[in-house]
This record gives sequence, C-alpha cells and structure tokens, in this order.
Amino acid sequence: MKTKNNFNISDFKAIVIGVSAGGFEALTKLFSTLPKDFPLPIIVVQHIHKYQSGYLFEHLNKHCALKVKEADEKETIKPGNIYFAPPNYHLLIEEDKTFSLSVDEKVNYSRPSIDVLFKCAAEVYKNQLIGIILTGANDDGAEGMRIIKENGGLTIAQDPRDAEFPVMPQSAIDKVEIGIILTLENLTFHFSGWHRK
Amino acid sequence: MEKTKKEGTEVDIFLEAIFQKYGYDFRNYAKASIKRRIQNLQKKFAIKKISEMIPRMHQDRSFSNSILAEFSITVTEMFRDPEFYRSIRENIVPYLDTYPFIKIWHAGCATGEEAYSLAIILKEENLYHKTTIFATDFNNVALRKARNGIYSLDEIKEFTQSYQKAGGKHSFSDYYHAKYKSAIIDNSLKKNITFANHNLVTDSDFGEMHLILCRNVLIYFNKILRDRVLNLFDSSLIHKGFLAIGSKESLNFSSIEKKFNPVDKKNKIYRKK
Ligand SMILES: C[S@@+](CC[C@H](N)C(=O)[O-])C[C@H]1O[C@@H](n2cnc3c(N)ncnc32)[C@H](O)[C@@H]1O
Repeated sequence: MKTKNNFNISDFKAIVIGVSAGGFEALTKLFSTLPKDFPLPIIVVQHIHKYQSGYLFEHLNKHCALKVKEADEKETIKPGNIYFAPPNYHLLIEEDKTFSLSVDEKVNYSRPSIDVLFKCAAEVYKNQLIGIILTGANDDGAEGMRIIKENGGLTIAQDPRDAEFPVMPQSAIDKVEIGIILTLENLTFHFSGWHRK
Repeated sequence: MEKTKKEGTEVDIFLEAIFQKYGYDFRNYAKASIKRRIQNLQKKFAIKKISEMIPRMHQDRSFSNSILAEFSITVTEMFRDPEFYRSIRENIVPYLDTYPFIKIWHAGCATGEEAYSLAIILKEENLYHKTTIFATDFNNVALRKARNGIYSLDEIKEFTQSYQKAGGKHSFSDYYHAKYKSAIIDNSLKKNITFANHNLVTDSDFGEMHLILCRNVLIYFNKILRDRVLNLFDSSLIHKGFLAIGSKESLNFSSIEKKFNPVDKKNKIYRKK
C-alpha cells in the first residue's frame, strides 16, 4: 500500500467524491465531522434512484456544518458547500467553475455518472483536484480516477476492506495506481483536522 | 499555451466552422457538454485532434449528420417527472379549459414521448379535442421517430409506472398497441399534434400560444442564449399564458424573470403577467 499520506488541503481547489451502495452512512460519517471553515468545495456523485434525494439533504444538513445542496445549473462553485449531482442528470463543470447539467445517455448504467463528473473536473481543476472513491457495488468512477491521475490530481480510495461494498474502490485500485488508500476513519481524521499541521 | 485554453479556442473554431457551413449555431451552447460531444465524435471517427474535424467536415458529406446527431441530445421519456404532469393536470388544465381552443408549443420535443404524455393528460381531462400541439425540434431524425410514435416495449414498463404516478385515470395500455417488440402510439393521440422542424437559435417566434413547454433544453445553453430563447417564448405567449421548463432549470437571473409569476415553483411552471 502506498502511503504518501501527507497532503496539504490548501494545495487543492476542489474535491470530487464518487459513492454508491453504502453511501448514506459513509457520507454522513465523513461530512458530519467537517468544520465550517473547510476550505474546498466538495462535489458528490452518489448513485441514487431518480426520484429520491430530498431525505438525504435534510439528513446531511442536520448533521453537517457545511451547506449541503443539489448542484444548480450555472451555479458558481464555492467553498463552504457540498454539492450533489441531481438524480437523473449528469453533472458537468465549465471552465469558469460553474455547473452544467445534461440528460444524455447513461454511462456505466448510471446517470449521474461518477466518470462523467470526474473527467470534467479533472480537465478544469487539473492538479488542484482531489478525487475520492468510497463504498459502492459497481465500477463507475475507476476511469474518472485514471483521468484525475493523468491530470496530476490526487487520487484517494477507501480501503476496500473498510468499505461496506468493496467493488467500487477495488475497481479504481485495479485500474489506477491510487495515491492514497485509507479507511473512512482516517480520511475523516485528515479532513476534519485540515489545519492541524 | 495551456492545454485547456488551446482546446477552448479549437472548440470555438470548430463551432464557427459548423455554423458557416451548415447554419447550425452551437456557438452559445454550454461548453462542457459540447466538449463531451466532440470527444465522442473523435472517438467514433478515430480523429485525434479537434482541428482535424474541420477538413473532415468538408470532405465527408455524411459527417454533418453525425455532428447534428451527436450535438442534439435526444434522450427523453414519457411522463418524465410524473409530478410535473400531475401539476399540469391539477393547476393548469382548469385555466386552459376556459379557452374555446388551445394552442400549445412543445419546443425541443426530441422523439415525441413528452408530447404524447401531454396529449394523454389533455385527453383524460377532456381538452384534447380543442387543442393543437406544435411539437418542434431541430433534429429531423428525432422528429421522424416522433411522428411514427413507435417505442420499444422495454421502456413501456417504466412509462406505465410514471403514467400512474402522474395520476393516470385509465390503463396505460389503452394508449398503444403492442406489436412484436414495439409499442405503437394510438392514432387518436397523434391527431392534434403537428411535429415540425424549428431551430430555437435561428428561427423566429410562434404566435399566440396558451402554453409553452421547453424542458431540458435550456440546460444546454449559456446565459446569453438561454436569455434569447426565453424572450422568444415570452413573445410567443398570449397574455396570461403558461411557460413550463425543466425541473432543474430556472428563470432566475434571466431578463424575463420579472414578467412571470411562478404557478408551481417546484415543477417550474410559470405564468406570464
Ligand atoms: C434532452 S432533449 C429534451 C427532450 C424533452 N423535452 C425532455 O425533457 O424529455 C433536448 C432536445 O433539444 C433539442 N434541441 C437542442 N438545441 C435545439 C435548438 N437549437 N432548436 C431546437 N431544438 C433543439 C435536441 O435536438 C433534443 O431533442
């Protein structure tokens, strides 16, 4: 396992997270410990049924110091927010760091697709992007992680042994030489104490 | 030059070339999506650089069809966002019913599923006989499919569920005939729908509409183009006419925002003041 475990949050401009089955618990754990002054915007694709999402926001907003919301089209991406891709739309990022939505074909049987967001984000944020793959039961996101890496970004995968559903982080690990592999607890520790160092 | 910037200008040059050659104007489309479509084209035709697309366009006549097909994203479904149709039924139909005849413009209708969904609602509410639906798109291939009204039986199961969620009053199977692996939309639904080619960027307004639906089209436009198209809708609506846009789209920060009142904020139905 590679442990270049020390990275400096302030070297980056944004975080993208891909998560599927088991995501509700994992995200609650991760987000509920983030401090209000967390300096990076976080953009999440979670595979979710197309007419459900309201409950997730309500729940996360209750447990989280940062603002949790659905990404609006043409909205400017700003720190202090956790954005979710709306169900049934792909989430894209423009050069000027605003969101776009699209309802084109599913990718990896998914819309929103993690690969689609990650690729777009990598092209915009280059080496100032952190890509994270958490628990999930399919391989969406692996290709996206490859592209983030190719653009010089930092790749992080949840340790499959720690994940409720190991397939998704494992697929990313099989495809790309992942920068950091760690448990959710470790990731939470890193992020919540981002200015400790 | 930085790679992204260079790609940016290459994309602009390519879009300019498409406009010059075919008159299709994608210059004010949102770039992130356009870039994905160009990358798809590059993959399909094994073209390495964007700059190689332009000579290809001049040599290969069928290439233009591929460009349009790729750039026009026709993914749609029947009763997408069932709640929206329920709201049309409950909140808009009572107003529409006060007119002796009803004109509806369905812009960006793709392969027709939404137009037929609306026709079903109007039929069940006893309005369809006095309605004309102008369903338009700039993609002729999609329009042909829309006119035929033949959809895959595989999709029908999902459509049926959405129909029920939209408050459907009958059995969804009343509206199509199954043949082999296809569902053929009933002729009675086609009767008052006119499918026609219309380009929202370059063509002019349609007169005197009572209701305009344009869902999941504005997301592909930048702010300038969105504004222009919204103004086109504004000028095509009668006084007190209705405008319905996609559930993730909004009139906020557009120049027509102040001219409309929301009727159903969540389902993005507005009424001209
Ligand atoms: C994603 S589909 C939306 C279909 C349907 N309204 C729905 O929400 O399910 C977008 C449609 O907009 C059409 N479109 C895009 N640009 C257009 C333009 N300039 N003029 C007319 N139609 C356009 C495309 O051809 C495509 O059929």
